[in-house]
Amino acid sequence: MKYLSEFADPDLARKLLDEIAATVTRHWAIMEVCGGQTHSIIRHGIDQLLPEEVELIHGPGCPVCVTPAESIDRGVQIASKPNVIFCSFGDMLRVPGTSRDLFSVRAAGSDVRVVYSPLDAVTIAEDNPDKDVVFFAVGFETTAPANAMAVHQARERGITNFSALVSHVLVPPAIEAIVTSPDSRVDAFLAAGHVCSVMGTRQYEPIAEKYRVPIVVTGFEPLDVLDGIRRAVAQLEAGQATVENAYERAVQTDGNEMAQRMLDDVFDITDRQWRGIGEIPASGWRLTEKFRDFDAERRFDVLDLEVAESTTCRSGEVLQGLIKPSECPEFGVTCTPRHPLGATMVSGEGACAAYYRYRRSGDVAATGG
Amino acid sequence: MVAVCLGVPGRIIDTHTDRGTPMATVDFGGVTKDVCLAFAPEADVGQYVIIHAGFAITVLDEEAAHASLDLFEEIGIVEAIGQSGVEEA
Ligand code: SF4
Repeated sequence: MKYLSEFADPDLARKLLDEIAATVTRHWAIMEVCGGQTHSIIRHGIDQLLPEEVELIHGPGCPVCVTPAESIDRGVQIASKPNVIFCSFGDMLRVPGTSRDLFSVRAAGSDVRVVYSPLDAVTIAEDNPDKDVVFFAVGFETTAPANAMAVHQARERGITNFSALVSHVLVPPAIEAIVTSPDSRVDAFLAAGHVCSVMGTRQYEPIAEKYRVPIVVTGFEPLDVLDGIRRAVAQLEAGQATVENAYERAVQTDGNEMAQRMLDDVFDITDRQWRGIGEIPASGWRLTEKFRDFDAERRFDVLDLEVAESTTCRSGEVLQGLIKPSECPEFGVTCTPRHPLGATMVSGEGACAAYYRYRRSGDVAATGG
Repeated sequence: MVAVCLGVPGRIIDTHTDRGTPMATVDFGGVTKDVCLAFAPEADVGQYVIIHAGFAITVLDEEAAHASLDLFEEIGIVEAIGQSGVEEA
């Protein structure tokens, strides 16, 4: 397909790899923030093609993976109530909560529906005026404009039986949390391209400057990832630390200003729990006062939750780049995509699932897709 | 399964409005989807857009795409190493 196969051209990939090999003189650890990039890297075996000085560390940028058990538990409680239609993106259904996932709630007879667009949930609400329709609004800055628009439209269209269970997360505070963590080994970041399509690139400038860390806005196809790595290595070798855009076809400095205006209207910054990581200050969005009537947490009595995340699953360490999935003792043994112990094995973008699907163990050569 | 992040470029083959909201039919290599253009109202038939959760979040800049590919062509100051390659998507 256009703009996909061209950005996977093997000859150009080799040129980029050669350039990286010619530039690098010492070990550098580069974190790709986004799960889509992790998936591309593992699928194409990019980490194995790179010179051994360049180490890729997989980051926390899989929205399904970082949604905390607490949010799943709230969803499970609300979805289990009579008269509720609970709408969600499909890949959230098998994410484990403390004791159940949404899939099991559906299997037990509740009305849990998979939607492609949050607007579909608004339409379901309009078509079912005697039901309470709740949309599980999760994701990074990429899905947030769509989710904000759904809430906005529900208000405009006077649809009062619609509400949103909001558990949005933001990338820049997560990068900051990683870079300031005493365990961090990250020398440079590949920032998630589509997050920047929405938010622009400016948010990253203070981080690059303050922590002296190069941040390269990077796309998702193999050549995009390689170009991001090439630029990060060049900056590191030259002792630079700036924000650079390696994904100009999809990212402008200012981002999508229409989307940003909608986000400002609908969402406020809030502290947010990240699965396996804990609370990161000012790292999420919640609904503004203007939209409080659409807040599912206010509309439904969600009882006090006894939240417990799995103690066997090490996804928190995987998400912070502290271990590779194959270093988890459960990987491929008790934990597989069919029987996932953690969210990083559930989501197609999760690092554990990517390793399982394309590699199965830590050191077998990539098979590609 | 419907993923949270799809994020692949698709080509607009038709635009229309639904209850006052600008919409488009987008072709993803043979699979078509109806997507919302509320955040990219300038997008037109023939252009490529990147979609997340049913919304176009950006119109692909084709000039920039070609500039990147040209840049990659020019890179390569060192002889090719090994036989390992990156597979087609
Ligand atoms: S392999 Fe399974 S148990 Fe281990 S970190 Fe990944 S999701 Fe958790």
